[in-house]
Amino acid sequence: MHELAITVIGPDRTGIVADVAEALAAVGANLTDSTMTRLRGHFAMTLICTGPPAAEAERALAGIGLLTSVREVGPSTEATNGEPFLVSVHGADRLGIVAAVTRVVAAAGGNITDLTTRLTGPLYVLVAEVDLPPGRADELTEQLAVAGAELGVDVTLRRADSELL
Amino acid sequence: MRQVVTAPAGVLSTVAAEVDPTDPEIVALADELVAIMRVSPGCVGLAAPQIGVSASVFCVDVTGHPKAVTTHGAFVLCNAKIIEASRWRPGREGCMSVPDLTGDVKRAGRIVVEGLRPGTGEAVTLTTDAFEARAVQHEIDHCAGKLFLDRVAGAHAIYQRKVYL
Repeated sequence: MHELAITVIGPDRTGIVADVAEALAAVGANLTDSTMTRLRGHFAMTLICTGPPAAEAERALAGIGLLTSVREVGPSTEATNGEPFLVSVHGADRLGIVAAVTRVVAAAGGNITDLTTRLTGPLYVLVAEVDLPPGRADELTEQLAVAGAELGVDVTLRRADSELL
Repeated sequence: MRQVVTAPAGVLSTVAAEVDPTDPEIVALADELVAIMRVSPGCVGLAAPQIGVSASVFCVDVTGHPKAVTTHGAFVLCNAKIIEASRWRPGREGCMSVPDLTGDVKRAGRIVVEGLRPGTGEAVTLTTDAFEARAVQHEIDHCAGKLFLDRVAGAHAIYQRKVYL
């Protein structure tokens, strides 16, 4: 059993997910974790599949007219002993917002587990989910405020709450 | 009549100054907020920073809204503060100052809020719930220099707006 990391991107149209999923199913690639979304008219898919060797999945996807890449990866190692936090950033768009903010998060030992950016008109928005080592939140809040001031954007760090029911 | 300002305008990220509710300029501002809310389709609340005035004044009117339970009609509060909050629940929010995005935000479903009435300066304590509570919290956030983007529930909790009223 092989574990494959697959990316697919192309101009959005109806049927992309069906085409990709069918092609992968046809070679026995079982789609496990995936995220798919439309970004400015491009449909982007990031998939983890288990099943055939990479070359077989690659051949299956070759005919669907999209930009694809298939790579064999090792089994996942999910080490998350951090505390969940959310970072929100919004402000006027400029070069380097993601780079600067994520560098500050990384320097504090924060591991980004999910991140979305949106550019709408002049407004740039970034929301990131971060696993943060215990006790680092106050320090990171201060460092993000400094980075935000330098970038001219607003940055908020807050704990992500989750309720177990 | 002033125009609604949109992010990333700096006034939306600034903590608004407390005001003297008996100041004729503040009374005029209160009137203007209500007038702009009235002529803005779908608008159920408007804070002074949204029209470029960094003052802690906002109006709300959720009368007739399907999500409203308790309603107090149209009202304006100055220097409002939430003194009790409970029954937290998520909900989708939009904002005239962030016209292209909506987001899922957790807000208290029941609040007690204290503020001052423009004109008389009379102190009022208002207890409300459901949609009116959400609207009041959204407007108080504006007066604190916060947008719903600072409170969204996760990296996948912001959405491109599809319907404009």
